[in-house]
Amino acid sequence: MVLVYIDQADQQIKKSSLEAMSYGAAIAKQLGCDVAALVLGTVQDNLADLGKNGAQKVFHLKNESLNTLDVKLHSNLIATAAKNANATVVVFAHNINGKAIAPAVAVKLEAGLVTGASSLPNTENGFVVTKTVFSGKAFASIQIDTPIKVIAINQNSFGVVAYENAAAVEEINIPIPAASIKITKVEKVEGEIPLTEASLVVSGGRGLKGPEHWGILLDLAKSLGAATACSRPVSDSDWRPHHEHVGQTGIQIAPNLYIAIGISGAIQHLAGVNRSKTIVVINKDPEAPFFKAADYGVIGDAFEIVPALSAAILKMKSNA
Amino acid sequence: MKILVCISKTPDTTAKIAFTEGNTKFDENGVQWIINPYDEWYALVRAIELKEKDPSAIIHLVTVGSADAEPIIRKALALGGDEAIRIDSNSNDSFYIAKQIAAIAKEGGYEIIFTGKETIDYNSSSIGSMLSALLDMPFVSLANKFDCDGTTATVRREIEGGEETCEVNLPVVISCQKGMAEQRIPNMRGIMAARTKPLKVVSPVEATATTSIKKFDTPAAKSGVKLVDPANMDELVRLLKEEAKVI
Repeated sequence: MVLVYIDQADQQIKKSSLEAMSYGAAIAKQLGCDVAALVLGTVQDNLADLGKNGAQKVFHLKNESLNTLDVKLHSNLIATAAKNANATVVVFAHNINGKAIAPAVAVKLEAGLVTGASSLPNTENGFVVTKTVFSGKAFASIQIDTPIKVIAINQNSFGVVAYENAAAVEEINIPIPAASIKITKVEKVEGEIPLTEASLVVSGGRGLKGPEHWGILLDLAKSLGAATACSRPVSDSDWRPHHEHVGQTGIQIAPNLYIAIGISGAIQHLAGVNRSKTIVVINKDPEAPFFKAADYGVIGDAFEIVPALSAAILKMKSNA
Repeated sequence: MKILVCISKTPDTTAKIAFTEGNTKFDENGVQWIINPYDEWYALVRAIELKEKDPSAIIHLVTVGSADAEPIIRKALALGGDEAIRIDSNSNDSFYIAKQIAAIAKEGGYEIIFTGKETIDYNSSSIGSMLSALLDMPFVSLANKFDCDGTTATVRREIEGGEETCEVNLPVVISCQKGMAEQRIPNMRGIMAARTKPLKVVSPVEATATTSIKKFDTPAAKSGVKLVDPANMDELVRLLKEEAKVI
């Protein structure tokens, strides 16, 4: 059986988990076996709907104490559920929680692990999964040599596939060990689209000359429904909050569209964004290295181009 | 308080990424090696800051690698580690590496184990989580703030759409990222002192690799940037909608 861990934030199933569900269903089809989802905690979503993303069955360990991440606890419960279900492949989304839990689960299942996977496994001769390495500058094909495999699939690399299943939901009962951490404070950034989950991202660099000029970028993001990001010098100068910093030492993202405004494209910045499907670069310097990594480029003054782009998007949307 | 900092040798962030032997090996030709930035800037420097507050703290460094990792170990010692352990083995398998470090950690009885959030070469972000499972310790990932009173640690970590502060009893494994500490440069005194600090080389414990790299590929080069007239943003919108199909 392929078991897919379905992850939540604020009691809502994350898009990256639905992608993982579809990915797991595709692996099950390839292996000719069953596929089930595993949900820990309480969520507002209708769990039978996971069938629409490929699940045949949903195992649900319903307990509010599991709504926040405790790696020791979660990895124990997931490993036990995987053993009970005789899972041979356990799939995670390679998101904040998946990155933290999957390796511990691999240890408990004595399983080989590939994180940051970017393809379905090749099962013709063994079990080989491709993953991104060197911060998106290369791929490695990795063979997993153990009977049980654990895979964490990159966000935005395997789309959500529509199925017509209605999944049977089964409540499971596993004794829950004592918590290993105590959460004392939660600070959420309200009203923003989380960068790692965003499929559209608008990002600004030093070329915008100062935090007072960010309005045009925010307007563009609003017109698209995009998340906002920035380069390292911008967050280091406190023009924008640190959680917006994308790049080698910030957050690595792989949205469908990345629009870079006034960012020259240093190699450390590219390492955080080069897995984006489409890259648009707006820069007044035609020699900016970022143009070499871009799909579309606009050479000119961002202060004129960005408002014009926002207007063009709104016009397209009102005609649609 | 005993702190173990796991460090890894990685190619410099600007290194050219190429492969040899039929695309099965990383081409080390002309590559500058550095301490993995997350291990150095955040994990190691935070450990040093803790020692500055509590001089009785002891910082041990551990790396799994061959003798060519010694320059980066010496650099880490120059920054401020007390003693280093090199496990003499070369492996790309996270499980194997974690088992090696866990063996050292068990013997050393550390209260805090720091790792970087991931390495910039294999990007697996696995070692911290695996160590916590092997050692049966709590694990807090993506920490950007860490304080400790000797029995309990207060850690702030990144979560989806925000941050969360939690309390956890020692011993604990922590993966570190930006915000934990500020990058430092070793000073001359540190560099001199590092020459005589102990660097112990140990043999690996018995363990089997669970994965093997079959080949590397580099992504297909972008076909070249398509330039759009800055006076015609309708055209850019059309391309994004009809050609790239992303909006």
